[in-house]
Parts: sequence; C-alpha cells; structure tokens
Amino acid sequence: MARYILSRLAGLLGVLLVVSLITFALMHAVPGGPFDARALERQQMVPERIKRQLNAKYGLDEPIWKQYLLFMRNAVRLDFGYSLAYPSRTVVQIFKDQWPYSVQLGLLTLAFSTIVGLGLGLASAIRPNSWVDHAGTAVSVFCLVIPSFVFAVLLQFVLSVRLGWLPTGGWDGPLYWIMPVLANSLAPILVLQRYTRSSMGDAMRAGYVRTARAKGLSRRRIMFVHVFKNALTPVLTVGGPLVAGLITGSFFVESLFRIPGIGFYFVTAIQHRDYPMIMATTLVWTAVISTAYLVTDLLYALVDPRVSLVKEK
Amino acid sequence: MAATTRTIGKSSVKKRPKKLRLFWLRFRRNRLAVAALCFIIVEVAVALFAPWVAPYDPYQGDFTATWQTPNSLHWLGTDDLGRDVLSRLIYGARISVSVGVLSQLVIALVGLPVGALAGLKGGWIDYALMRIIDVLSSLPTMLFYVLLMVALGAGFGNLILAMAATGWIGIARLVRGQVLSLKETDYVRAARAMGGGTRHIMHTHILRNAMTPVIVALALGIPGAMFAEAGLSFLGLGIPSPQASWGQMIGMYQPYIRTAWHLTVFPSAVLAVTMLAWFLLGDGIRDALNTSVRGGAG
Repeated sequence: MARYILSRLAGLLGVLLVVSLITFALMHAVPGGPFDARALERQQMVPERIKRQLNAKYGLDEPIWKQYLLFMRNAVRLDFGYSLAYPSRTVVQIFKDQWPYSVQLGLLTLAFSTIVGLGLGLASAIRPNSWVDHAGTAVSVFCLVIPSFVFAVLLQFVLSVRLGWLPTGGWDGPLYWIMPVLANSLAPILVLQRYTRSSMGDAMRAGYVRTARAKGLSRRRIMFVHVFKNALTPVLTVGGPLVAGLITGSFFVESLFRIPGIGFYFVTAIQHRDYPMIMATTLVWTAVISTAYLVTDLLYALVDPRVSLVKEK
Repeated sequence: MAATTRTIGKSSVKKRPKKLRLFWLRFRRNRLAVAALCFIIVEVAVALFAPWVAPYDPYQGDFTATWQTPNSLHWLGTDDLGRDVLSRLIYGARISVSVGVLSQLVIALVGLPVGALAGLKGGWIDYALMRIIDVLSSLPTMLFYVLLMVALGAGFGNLILAMAATGWIGIARLVRGQVLSLKETDYVRAARAMGGGTRHIMHTHILRNAMTPVIVALALGIPGAMFAEAGLSFLGLGIPSPQASWGQMIGMYQPYIRTAWHLTVFPSAVLAVTMLAWFLLGDGIRDALNTSVRGGAG
C-alpha cells in the first residue's frame, strides 16, 4: 500500500514537471512581454531602457532555461515570486487572500448540486420512466447543453434586471450567493445525477438484491441496506475530482459575478501576461486535481473491500 | 416505396445507400433529433448565405442609432457602435458552425491515423500516446485551451489549432481501444488465417467497424467545440473584436446588462438553442447507429 502511494506520488511529480514545462514554454512563446501588455492597456510607450531594467529586475533577461530552473527552484519552496500585474503582492499572498472566495463558492455549489443531483439521480433510479425520471433527464440535458456563462447571463437578466430580486454581482452575503451557485452547479449536477442513476440501476439489478427480495425483506430495508451502500460507492469516484474542480474556482462564474476568487484573478493574469501568477495557478490546479484523483482511489479501496490497489492487472 | 427500392437494386449502387437508408429510417423515429436537424439546416443555410440574409452590414456602425433596444428597424436592437445585433448574430452563426465542424474534421484527420497506428502496432507510438493522455487528463481542458490561446493569440485559425491540439487525443484513444478489441474478434482472426494482409484487414474489417463510435464522438464534439469557442471568445481569447461571435458578444456586453439587456440576452439564447440542437442531433445519430450496428455486425 505504501509502495503504491509512493509510486503514485512519483507519477504526480512527473506530471507536474511536464505541465510546468508546457506552461513555461507556452508563456514564453507569446509575442510581447508582460510590460508590453501593461503599456498597451495604459496606452503609453515604455522606454526601451526602463523595459530593460524591469526585465532585469524580474530576471526576464536571463536565458530561458535559466529562468525555468530559477522558477522551479523557488517553486519547490512554494515561493512563486511577485505578481507582475499586482507588483506589491506576492503570488502566494494573492492565493492566500483570494482562494477562500473560490473555496466558499465551490463548497456552496457542492452542497447545492449534491442535493439536486443525488436527489434526482436516486429518484429517477427508483422510479424509472416516471415523471421524476423524465424531469431528471431534462435537467441533465439542460446542464449538459447550456454553458455556465450563458445560464449566468440569463439568470442575471431575469432575476436582477427584470425582477430586481438579486444583485448582479459581488460577494457580500447569502443574497449574492444564489446566482453564482446556480450557474456554477450545472456541471456537477449533470455528473452526479448521471452517475447516481446508472450505479443505482446496476445495484438494483444485482444478485444480492434479488436474494434479499426472495428472503422477503421490505422494500425500504432493501433500498437502505443493500442498494444505497453499494450504489453510492461508484459515485465517490466522480466526487473527488468534482470537489477538486469546484474548489479551484471557475473563471466564467467568478468573472461574470465579480467574485474576487482565484478564477477571476487567473483571467486577469492572462490578460496581463502575469507569468508567475499563470505558472503558479496552473501548477496548483494540476496538483490539487491529481491529488484528488489519488485520494479518491485510496478512499475507494478503503470503502470497497473488493478493490485492491496493490495487485493491479 | 417498393418500386424505388427495386430500381435501386437493379442499378449498380450497392450496399452503402441501403445502410444509409436504414440509418435514416431509424433516425427519423426520433422526433426531437429530426426537429434539431431541421433547425440546424436552417441555421447552416443562414450562415452560408449570411450576406444576403442579414438586414445590415454587421461591421458598419450607425452612429445615429447606438444602444437601441429592439424596434421595427433593428429587430434585435443595436450595440454601442450602432451595429445591428441581428446581423451580427447571423454572422456569428458562421463562426460558430465553422468552428464546430472544421475543428472536428481536423481532429478526425489527426486522431484517426494516430489511434489506429497505436492500436495496431503498439510499441513506442502506443506508449507515447498513453503518456500524453496521462498528462493532459490531469489538466482541465478549458485551462489548457486558455493557455494555448494566450500563447497562439486570438483568431479563427488558432482557435481551430488549439481545439485540434487537445481534441485529437480523445479520438485517438477511442480508435485505439476499438482497434485493440476488434483485433481479437473471430472474423479478424479468420481473415488473418486466410492470409489477409495487415492493410487489407485494417481497411475492410477494423476501420469500418471502428467508425461508428468515432462518428458519434465527432458529432457530439461539434457542440463541444462551439461551447469552447464561445467560452474563449467570452474571455476575449477567441474571435477578436470586429468579427462577430456569440460568446464574444456575451463577454463584451455583459457589464451593460442592466442598461442594454438585448446585447447579451439574444446571443445567449441563440447559443443555448444551437448547443441544444447540435447535441440532440448527435444523440439521435448515436441512437440510430447503435441499433444498426447491433443488428448488423452482431
């Protein structure tokens, strides 16, 4: 078991290394450095001399491979340097200040979409081809087809502009949470609803359920003791990556509702060619998502005794 | 009906149209998919004939008529530069449809041969493909698109390139899996026992049977690509400004939703309906193909 975890962690390191290389290469393939982007925004020219000084200050005058090594050496110590777009703050500081907003949005979304997605999935599996099942399918098609930002705009139009019930943006209290959470939960509802429905279906057709029914157990007892327990374990496998995806924030929802989370800052970082911020965000997201996969696999082995990680294929 | 089949049977046309007819008969039963198909045909026609259909020039602003809400002259209103929103939506359909279709074509052209090669030959191609999949699956797709578009710069060609750069892997993986499982089927073994060459087996036995899921994946990839285009344009990384794209319109005018709702609500609605239609079409194609495959190849 320890060996398995170690080998997975080594794999994670490899992935991080490759992702950092790709990101670094992509960032430096961009024509125009960070100071050109800022100058363009303010509509002024930066004198060549000052640009050279700035480049020297941030180490952008070094050869590219050296810049990469320097970045990685510091990154290992969790030092991502100063943001180029917000020169007074380090990248780590920005993360510390802004991430809680993304996490809060993510957890609220998770709670809401779990209730809706799991509920719909369970209901449609228990009563297939009923109106609940059809409603569930309709909801999941809606979630699949409507991009979150389109839904967000339509929500803003109806609930804020027309009805005036909710504020269009900001993050100051429960009233401000409603629309972002709704818009953000399209994908999670879809995933949860589909997985729950299909794994419930599998569990209900399993041999042990037939046995339980043959023994004369009540429908309720079969459902709670035999079906739910076995059906919800597969849902766990999608749950891990889902949580990771949610707490890393969403650039669409955060920028549409002006929520100062990491997703919002990432979009600004891209517009400003903020190398340290882009690199850090990409690496942190990759790490969070890969870790989530690892934790999910471990949890799965823990919950389901039939799964063994060590003797793989 | 019977007469037509007989004449077809008499002429030299062979199995292909029969299969297509079967497909169409199955597809027709799905009313939602047929409705979606009708909508898409109209939309594609509008996109193709945009210069004749659009009431105004989508790039020409009218500075005496800016920020107009829908009225009899401008059915869907005008934007900040006095450009007609309906005309811009119609030209936006060109972008959306062509991104959706072209990206899937490129993806198929790259993904099919690579996947087939990896599945058939194995070896280092297979190994490299699997490692690429490992890395890319740990990076959110949208994040990767964003990074690529930042590096490549906004624009139509680069958009297709970015989508192809990530999308081919899905198709390659699909084809690889298909080839691997089809390689073990009895009829491929029989063909090999009878002395069929690799190329012959690949062509007549494997690729033909592997195509069904690929067609479905590509059909469902079209709305996926449209979604990505809209999202990137929304972030200002997709289609650059004078050109019209639905996602870009939503992104640009969303801050004005209180004063000029029509600038974001109409593109949103059009985008939503389009995505739904293409998805339903892909779904219909999948259902129609699935049954025919089960019935035919066994």
